[in-house]
Amino acid sequence: MPKDSNGLTLDGQGKPLWLSLELTYRCPLKCSWCNNPLDFDDYAARELTTDEWKRVLRESRELGALQLGFTGGEPLQRPDLEELVAYANALGFYTNLITSGIGLTEERLVALKAAGLKQIQLSLQATEAAVTDALVGATAHERKLDAARRIKAHGFPMVLNMPVFRQNIGMTDAMIAWAAELGIEYIEFANIQYYNWALMNRDELMPTLEQVREAEQVVQRWRNKLGKKMTIYFVIPDYYEGRPKACMNGWGAIHLTIAPDGVAMPCQEARVIPGLEFESVRDKPLAWLWHESPLFRKYRGLDWLPEPCVSCDEKEKDFGGCRCQAFLLTGDAGNTDPACGRSPHHARVREAVDTAARPLRFRKPLFKRAAGTVTTAFLED
Amino acid sequence: MTLASTATDRRPQLSPHFMFRWEASQDAYILLYPEGLIKLNPSAGEILKRCDGQHTVAELIAELQDAFPGPADDIDQGVRAFLDVATDKGWLHAGELVKKS
Repeated sequence: MPKDSNGLTLDGQGKPLWLSLELTYRCPLKCSWCNNPLDFDDYAARELTTDEWKRVLRESRELGALQLGFTGGEPLQRPDLEELVAYANALGFYTNLITSGIGLTEERLVALKAAGLKQIQLSLQATEAAVTDALVGATAHERKLDAARRIKAHGFPMVLNMPVFRQNIGMTDAMIAWAAELGIEYIEFANIQYYNWALMNRDELMPTLEQVREAEQVVQRWRNKLGKKMTIYFVIPDYYEGRPKACMNGWGAIHLTIAPDGVAMPCQEARVIPGLEFESVRDKPLAWLWHESPLFRKYRGLDWLPEPCVSCDEKEKDFGGCRCQAFLLTGDAGNTDPACGRSPHHARVREAVDTAARPLRFRKPLFKRAAGTVTTAFLED
Repeated sequence: MTLASTATDRRPQLSPHFMFRWEASQDAYILLYPEGLIKLNPSAGEILKRCDGQHTVAELIAELQDAFPGPADDIDQGVRAFLDVATDKGWLHAGELVKKS
């Protein structure tokens, strides 16, 4: 997802500038804040083939897509990743790999470099092995550090992505110190957003406002110290701000996500909203899906906005916030995002923040992302 | 008065990890980089095209003065102002100083 401070000056003019390809939902890790669908396991048999992904790349380039993220799941689970990177690179995309680092062997790094990969975003959850391994449900920490060192050795620019929650927010300082020593150019502190697995675990994952403010101050001290050597993204999560995020820069405005089964979506979470018609590139041309499909037109622009958004002077800034969050917390995706202080449902967000600050809140173990943990059958109409 | 970054004898160069190219679908030059993209206005595109580590600031100003109409002083000042901004944003490295022989 693009950051507020990234200098994005294109308004898109109706083009899907930012393309995310979720090559697979398969992943060796079991993160409790994963934003993949709860029924991720059902997608493995329906993944697009190499040739189908290539067609997606051609068609999206024709639509004007420029930035490309290969993501997942763990995209390295696809043996054709290098072939797809090379193909995308030749088409003129700026190619990014978004990875856990698990499976990023020396051989694959060399092949990805040769394929023209421009940038790698690596996730790291903690600065201590025991904490990382417990959080992701696998022996991963040392492999991630190895991956980071080798990414730098091959001269890739690197974005270190730390998903932030209560269990690791205290490691903000140590994480920046480690990254600075390695010469990492960008760190993103991704205060997690509460969809799918993360929403199931929200009470346990959500940090207190005090913790968030403290981390923000740590970040500011490092920004002053490091200057231009490192760009640090730290966006205060919307639950605390009283202001909704300009989610995806607007529905169907500049972002296009393709799920493993070829379904085209305005954002990676859109499938949590029931009643929308999700269609695949297997069945429809991408240009039609982007420009004409009911899904992309549903919340595009400002005409669909409800009150209090319609009469709000910030509607062109935040587009009413996040549709998925509106659905998950109010039951109607067409409502104002309850993260907004002007939403009639804002109390639900306040309650979650208040719960996080309660010293004796009930503690339960985190649900790990794993096939069969939950049944999603009841979600079907 | 100019910043050191646009001293006449430096040879500005695009920072590594930045991709600069013409994009037909935007009818413009664009910059692509980790986590972002920027559409450049025509004059910014013409300047960045010449920030190749070969042209000195003086040379690229002279080229632009030859290629485009308008008072030479305005072009000179406009280019230097842009180079300052682009360096400050991290798009450009100031480049090595030319050795005085």
